[in-house]
This record gives sequence, C-alpha cells and structure tokens, in this order.
Amino acid sequence: MLWVDKYRPKTLDQVIVHQEIAENLKKLVTEQDCPHLLFYGPSGSGKKTLIMALLRQIFGTSAEKVKVENRTWKIDAGSRTIDLELTTLSSTNHVELSPSDVGFQDRYIVQEIIKEMAKNRPIDTKGKKGYKVLVLNEVDKLSREAQHSLRRTMEKYSASCRLILCCNSSSKVTEAIRSRCLNVRINAPKEEQIVKVLEFIGKKEGLQLPPGFAARIADKSNRSLRRAILSFETCRVQQYPFSSNQAIPPMDWEEYVSEICSDIMREQSPKRLFQVRGKLYELLINCIPPEIILKKLLSELLKKLDEELKHEVCHWAAYYEHRMRMGQKAIFHLEAFLAKFMSIYKAFLIATFG
Amino acid sequence: MAPLLQSSQPWVEKYRPKQVKDVAHQDEVVRVLTNTLETANCPHMLFYGPPGTGKTTTALAIAHQLYGPELYKSRVLELNASDDRGINVVRTKIKDFAAVAVGSGQRQGVYPCPPYKIIILDEADSMTEDAQNALRRTMETYSKVTRFFFICNYISRIIEPLASRCAKFRFKQLPEEIMSNRILHICNEEGLTVDTEALSTLSSVSQGDLRRAITYLQGAARLFGSSISSKDLISVSGAIPREVTEAIYAACKSGDFDLANKEVNYVIAEGYPVSQMLAQLFEVVVGVDDISDEQKARICKSLATADKCLVDGADEYLQLLDVVSNTMRALCNMPQEFSYDI
Ligand SMILES: Nc1ncnc2c1ncn2[C@@H]1O[C@H](COP(=O)(O)OP(=O)(O)OP(=O)(O)O)[C@@H](O)[C@H]1O
Ligand SMILES: Nc1ncnc2c1ncn2[C@@H]1O[C@H](COP(=O)(O)OP(=O)(O)OP(=O)(O)O)[C@@H](O)[C@H]1O
Ligand SMILES: [Mg+2]
Ligand SMILES: [Mg+2]
Repeated sequence: MLWVDKYRPKTLDQVIVHQEIAENLKKLVTEQDCPHLLFYGPSGSGKKTLIMALLRQIFGTSAEKVKVENRTWKIDAGSRTIDLELTTLSSTNHVELSPSDVGFQDRYIVQEIIKEMAKNRPIDTKGKKGYKVLVLNEVDKLSREAQHSLRRTMEKYSASCRLILCCNSSSKVTEAIRSRCLNVRINAPKEEQIVKVLEFIGKKEGLQLPPGFAARIADKSNRSLRRAILSFETCRVQQYPFSSNQAIPPMDWEEYVSEICSDIMREQSPKRLFQVRGKLYELLINCIPPEIILKKLLSELLKKLDEELKHEVCHWAAYYEHRMRMGQKAIFHLEAFLAKFMSIYKAFLIATFG
Repeated sequence: MAPLLQSSQPWVEKYRPKQVKDVAHQDEVVRVLTNTLETANCPHMLFYGPPGTGKTTTALAIAHQLYGPELYKSRVLELNASDDRGINVVRTKIKDFAAVAVGSGQRQGVYPCPPYKIIILDEADSMTEDAQNALRRTMETYSKVTRFFFICNYISRIIEPLASRCAKFRFKQLPEEIMSNRILHICNEEGLTVDTEALSTLSSVSQGDLRRAITYLQGAARLFGSSISSKDLISVSGAIPREVTEAIYAACKSGDFDLANKEVNYVIAEGYPVSQMLAQLFEVVVGVDDISDEQKARICKSLATADKCLVDGADEYLQLLDVVSNTMRALCNMPQEFSYDI
C-alpha cells in the first residue's frame, strides 16, 4: 500500500493537520439535524480524509466496510432508455460516487440516486429513523443541469438523505447549491504542518531523517500533502539512508513541461511548434489534465521572462484556458497558447536585440 | 412521503413556514394568496427571484392550505428540476394528472378545496425552451381545471408566452430587520442568544438569502455553543478576511508581478472562492479615492470578464492572475495595449 493510503488518518481524533476543523465536525454531528455540507479546497489538502473520518464519526466502524460496485442505471427518458454505468462505493449507511464521470448525462444519476436512497431509510440503534449520507465527489465538474437537479431534491429529501459534496473550486458550484449547504473550507496545509506529517510517517517507518530534509520536500510540494507524501516515498525508494543533499525528484510530467518551455524559448518557428506538439500529445495521453499542463507551462515561463512579458503571457494563458473549457479539443488550445507565446517572444527579441 | 421526524431535519426545513401568512417580506404575493384562500380564485402564478427568499415555501404553503393533507396528493403535482422534464414528460405526466376530473369544489372543513388542480413547476428556468413551448398548449387545454405555479430564479429564462399567461411576483431579498426578526424567532425556539452586532453580520454575510442565514446560524450554534457572536458567524460563512483582499490590492499597487503572483497562489492554496474574491476586490476598488475613474473602469472591466469566464468554468488561478495583472497595469499606469501582440 502506498504511504498516502497507509497513513491516511481514519478517525477525526487521529488527524495531524486540520485538527480544529476535525473538532468542529465532531460537534456538528452530535445531533441528528446536521445540514448538508460542501467541502472545498485545493487538491491534496485533505478533504477526502476528513469526509471519511466524519462518516466514521457518524456511523461508527460500519462506515469503513465499503464495497465497490459497478452499477448500471436504466433511465427512462421518455422515448428511449439510457444505460449509465458508474462505480459506486457504499456501506450500509452511505454511498459515494462521482457523477461527473458520466459526462453530460450526470443529471440522471443525481436524480435517481437520491430518490432511491431516500426510499430505503435506515433505522438507527435507538429505533429512530436516521439518515443516510450521499457523498458526491467533484461537484465542480457537474453540469449545470445536474446542479439544478440537485436543488429541490436536496431540500425535499433532506430528512432522510444528507449530502456531503466535495470539490476543488467552489466558484464552479452554483449559488443555489452553496446556499443549501454549510460550506467547509479545507485549506492546503502549511509547510510546517506538512513537515509534521512527514516526520510522523518517518517515525512509523523507522526512518532516519537528516535535518531539513522534510522541510525541503515540503517546500517542493506546493502545499499539497498528497504530493509531499508521494515524493517522500519516492525518495525512500531511490536512496536510503537519506543524505541531507539528496535531490527531491520532480514528477516526470513536470520535467517534460520544462523541456517544452526550453524548446520554445530557444526557437520560435512552425517547425518547433510541430515538434512540441508531439510532446503535448504525450502528456495528454498520459492523462495529465490539460489545464494543469497549461498552468505548469505558464509557471515555468514566468520564471524566465521579463516583467513586461509576464503580463502578456499570463493574460493569454487565462484566455486560452477559457477557450479550452468552451471548446472540445484541448490540444488546439494548448498549441494556440504556445504559438501565441512564440509570436510575442519573437517580437520581444526583435525589439530588444534587433 | 413518510411523516418526518422533526429532530432529524436541518433547521432550514424545520423552520420553513407552513402558512402563507408566515412568509416574511413578500407582502404582495401574500396578500393575493390570502385573498385566494377566501375566494378560492387563483390565476396562474410565476414566482421569481434570488435563492432563499421564500418562493418554494410560498407555493407549497398555499397548496397545503387550499387542500389539506388528505387531498394534497391527488390535487397537487410538484415537478422540479430533479424530475425529467423533457417534452415527453411534460406532455404525458401533466396530461395524465390534469385529465382526471376533480368533481365540484366542496369546501372541506377549513380547507377551501377549489375545483382545480395545482401544478407546481419548481426551478422552471432549467426547463428547455421546447418543453416550455409544449406547455403552452397543455396550459390552454386544461385551463379550466388546472393552475400552474412556475418558480424560477431568472425570469428571462421563461419564454414570453408562458410568462404572459401568469400573474408575476418578484421575490425580494430580505432586508436586515426582517431577516433579524426571523432569526430571533429561531433563536428563541432553539434557546440561543445573539447580539445585535451578530444579527447585522449575519444579514450582511448571507446577502438577503434567509436560507443561508439559517444554515450559518445552525453551523455557528453547533460549533460555538448557544451564545453566538459576530466572529463565529463570519467564520462559518467562509467570507474572505479583509487582510487577504487588501494584500492582493497592495501587491497590485506595488507593480511587482512576482509578488502579486505569490499572493494569488496564496489565495488559491487557502481555498478561498475566487468568485468571492472578485466581489470583494470590486468593493475595494470602488471604495478607494486615490485613483482615477478611468483606472477604476479598467479594473472593473477585467473583473467582469473574469466573472463571466468563471461562470463558463474557467480555471480560478488563471482568472485571478489575469485580473491582478490588469489591475496592476491600471494602477501603475502601464499602457492598456500589449506591446508585442501582433
Ligand atoms: N488531516 C490529515 N492528517 C494527516 N494526514 C492527512 C490528513 N489529511 C490528509 N492526509 C494525507 O494526505 C493525503 C491526501 O489527502 P486527501 O486524499 O484527503 O486529499 P483531497 O483534498 O481529497 O485531494 P483531492 O482534491 O486531490 O482529491 C491522504 O492520503 C493522507 O495520507
Ligand atoms: N420569505 C421568507 N419567510 C420565511 N422564511 C423564509 C423566507 N424565505 C426563505 N425562508 C427560509 O429559507 C428556506 C428556503 O426558502 P425557499 O425554499 O422558499 O427558497 P426559494 O426562494 O425557493 O429558493 P431557491 O430559488 O433557491 O429555490 C425556507 O425553508 C425558510 O426556512
Ligand atoms: Mg480527494
Ligand atoms: Mg426553491
């Protein structure tokens, strides 16, 4: 098992970061009338960990006995039936899924599942009717229609089915949904906190950490706890005992992006553009999300550019990312951004050096 | 639906008014509907307005008050965006429902039970235009025996032929005193104490949305106990602290791109919603008096562009960075046009 999973705290008492939020969550579920919750925050900040620990707090260890199912829904859409397949994780008291995985048909899933859950309401130990919890991941990726579908259902079945929504950017969740939840912001852990987690894992694994080593990993992690733990484990595989100046390896794909940046700064021509196209494809094939590629490209370029150019380049990055979102083929827009960059940079070079 | 256990419902549901007269601040519609209760006459209705202002509450309350619990099921059809409302469904479901006769309007006890059925189309703005068009005919065909209640946030999404058949009511955001009254009522029931400062904070962070105010109140009550302060409410509301917005603005003023980029990264890492950041930045920009109108206009233009892009699903970091870059260029009087863009 990877360390990120092995050392994921199981209960709200065990968390190393976000302790205050964990305490608050405990208080929140002391009564049966907890409102719907929306967890939001950057990737790798610990949302999922808290949600799972919260479920355990509400339902006890039974929440950990989950089964993974590939479920098919048959949707009656008037003139035809639609088959939708989706992986669900469920225990007796909760169901977890990522409806955006079925693309624009996500609304059917949210429509069906809540009604279905509301129908079989569990009985809790005191013989009272309890509620079930539906965890929806990546709600920022839900289509507008799906988000609209959630609105009234969330209210109508709120006695029997409580929702825990999880996403990275809450700006993409409609006002109407946010207004129906208690919003819980999970910020990325500070570097000191990441160091604490790494030291904890080091101790459990019986490792000797040179001074400042954990801090260097944390510094390279971009405040993502997941990323820090992953690179810690990679370091362990590459060389142990650790040496204090041991390199913290970047992710493969990031190195690749850096290469692209050097390529386009060295030469601006259609030929070069054609060459880097191959590299972009390579990244996309390896399932690196296009907006992540674009952001990494930008951050690498910003390191090397003059003040004046930084403004221009960041503008075009925002511009093409937006277009990419509206369009269909990511590669067009990534390439358009690179072409734009080349043209600006070339104009700059000519103006500066003749 | 099975009878609900009171205690297991979130407060927003627990304190949803059951009677039209308890709906706060929407006097016009309350007056018309109170009249309906006496005369049993009711036009088609269209409720529109921002979230959490009582639209759904009002529609459900009048339906319950007209028919009572026994007839409710057979007389009221509630369709919302969670039901499939393609053209076919609209045609069949509504037809099936409307076609069954209701008999004569016999008053039953306190319930007027008028001789028509009510169809509530909640969240009607998410219906397709085709489905709405299909409704026109249905409305006409069954106009004697049905009344439609359309509910939506944006009236512009309702096609004109439907809207013009209805009596339209705009639901207004709740002003501070009305909201405070309602909140105080809940505090009373739940045994909470709030001071006036907390009440005014609650009203400002929830921006006229009573549902949000109630949710914050419940959150604060669970987290911080029965005596609730303004600080507690700010913390559950997830508002962005002033210092953060001010740091961004100061970075823009400094003219140092890397510094501004660092601040933007901070906002993202802290998980603050960028849409809200834009709103708060807007207030700062409009409020300062040491920059020209032209500079303000430049900044506001870029805020508007970014807001639209966010709605389209664009990346939060890139949009905020673009706004910050534009703001910096406006504040430092850098030219609006790019030099190397050909
Ligand atoms: N409170 C915590 N204390 C200690 N370690 C934690 C804590 N939260 C998370 N972690 C560690 O960080 C890893 C990443 O956290 P998690 O999967 O919860 O992130 P996430 O916010 O759901 O990210 P994403 O948005 O990318 O899905 C976990 O696998 C766990 O090892
Ligand atoms: N005018 C009001 N008077 C009393 N309570 C209200 C009022 N408006 C909202 N509320 C409270 O807020 C909750 C949500 O209100 P309601 O469902 O009617 O909002 P809505 O206008 O239908 O919003 P949306 O557009 O998001 O569907 C209610 O349960 C009630 O507790
Ligand atoms: Mg996760
Ligand atoms: Mg409503």
